[in-house]
Amino acid sequence: MTRWAMVADLRRCVGCQTCTAACKQTNDTPPGVQWRRVLDMEVGEYPEVKRAFVPVGCMHCDDPPCMHVCPSTATKKRADGIVTIDYDLCIGCAYCALACPYQARYKSSEDARRPDVATKCTFCVERIDAGLAQGLKPGVDPEATPACVNSCIAQALHFGDVEDPQGNISQLLAGNQHFRMHEELGTGPRFYYLWDKAP
Amino acid sequence: MNWLQKHWDQRAALNFMLGGAGAGLMIAAALAYPQDRAPVLLSLVLVATGLGAVWLEIGKKLRALNVFINPFTSWMTRESFVAALLFSFGAAAIVKPQPFLPLAALTALAFVYCQGRILRASTGIPAWRAPQVVLLIASTALAEGAALCLLFTTAPLLLNWFALALVLRAIAWSRYRAAAPSAALEAPGKALVQLGTVGALLLALAGYWVPAAAQLAGAAALATGLWLKFVLVTRAAFNQGYALPHLPVRGTR
Repeated sequence: MTRWAMVADLRRCVGCQTCTAACKQTNDTPPGVQWRRVLDMEVGEYPEVKRAFVPVGCMHCDDPPCMHVCPSTATKKRADGIVTIDYDLCIGCAYCALACPYQARYKSSEDARRPDVATKCTFCVERIDAGLAQGLKPGVDPEATPACVNSCIAQALHFGDVEDPQGNISQLLAGNQHFRMHEELGTGPRFYYLWDKAP
Repeated sequence: MNWLQKHWDQRAALNFMLGGAGAGLMIAAALAYPQDRAPVLLSLVLVATGLGAVWLEIGKKLRALNVFINPFTSWMTRESFVAALLFSFGAAAIVKPQPFLPLAALTALAFVYCQGRILRASTGIPAWRAPQVVLLIASTALAEGAALCLLFTTAPLLLNWFALALVLRAIAWSRYRAAAPSAALEAPGKALVQLGTVGALLLALAGYWVPAAAQLAGAAALATGLWLKFVLVTRAAFNQGYALPHLPVRGTR
């Protein structure tokens, strides 16, 4: 069973926001809407301050709270793990945006393509589906890979099938220590952060 | 990096305030004042106004009926179905109080329970996802509904119910506050305890002899409860923010 996932290597991310720009261009999101963001986080107090750049967005959770609360069933989860929104069903109540612990959802009246409905990162699902139809491998072939991953200048972002033991994601997770954000909430995010090499 | 949600503003808050008080009024009317139809009518008007306010907030107003599609997991859908039942039983109760008024009261109880669960299911908002929020929302509705019913009668049975609901609401607030402390809720919470509970109970006691005192108690309980819910929805609803359990260890590749 295919299960798409993304990996962000926090040691490599330089906070250049190229992924953010690539996402905005690919998905035509309006001002103020960033499906792929990079946080600039400072931890500690002077002089013991550390800085980390943290890519965030929809985590395409195994058990997405946004889907459960949606009154119109506009939010769905595909068999491959991608959480989608049917813009023709969504009523724009924004309940999903409140249920999401990752601040990944937006609703904007300035969105020319998707006005007044919930939107979020789709893992560039159209690129994945079109690429698979052409026999390409998402995460390996750029044409079938999310735009943010393609654009990353530091190769900090990776995409692939986490269920494939020989795949790039499984190899990265096996070779490095990693975590998922807010794991204690039980949402099962499919966005992994690498922070150190494997012990 | 906590972020105050702006998606649900005073329009959504109105649903919890007016919808809750309206549903509570239906329950109070069924328990203590079933002979008059005016409280039933007012209850339905309040619930409808609250739902209408929410309708003004959604992005796609002409698709509002899609709210009924997901009763399997969405408490918003369940609230909508229960509201439809509430209006049906409530309208029937205006014509024929027995057996429809008790049915409308039970439905009203289900309605406020749904409202509590709507907040409880908002995983991203710590002030809402606390399990104690369900009893808080339900008990405020009961207290505010009883307070509204005092406009129509100050009969001892209603005063007893009002006092009971106030005590329940204070307990619910205390449990909620311990589980989900919030700076934004401190002032309305203090007012709820001091003016809306202690002050209102003393006035309600006087209300057994002086009806105007009972109505003053109702006003105090109503105002403080509505204030608390307004702040809970609009100003205490921070997303929990991001967290890094580990910082990157650089220079290892």
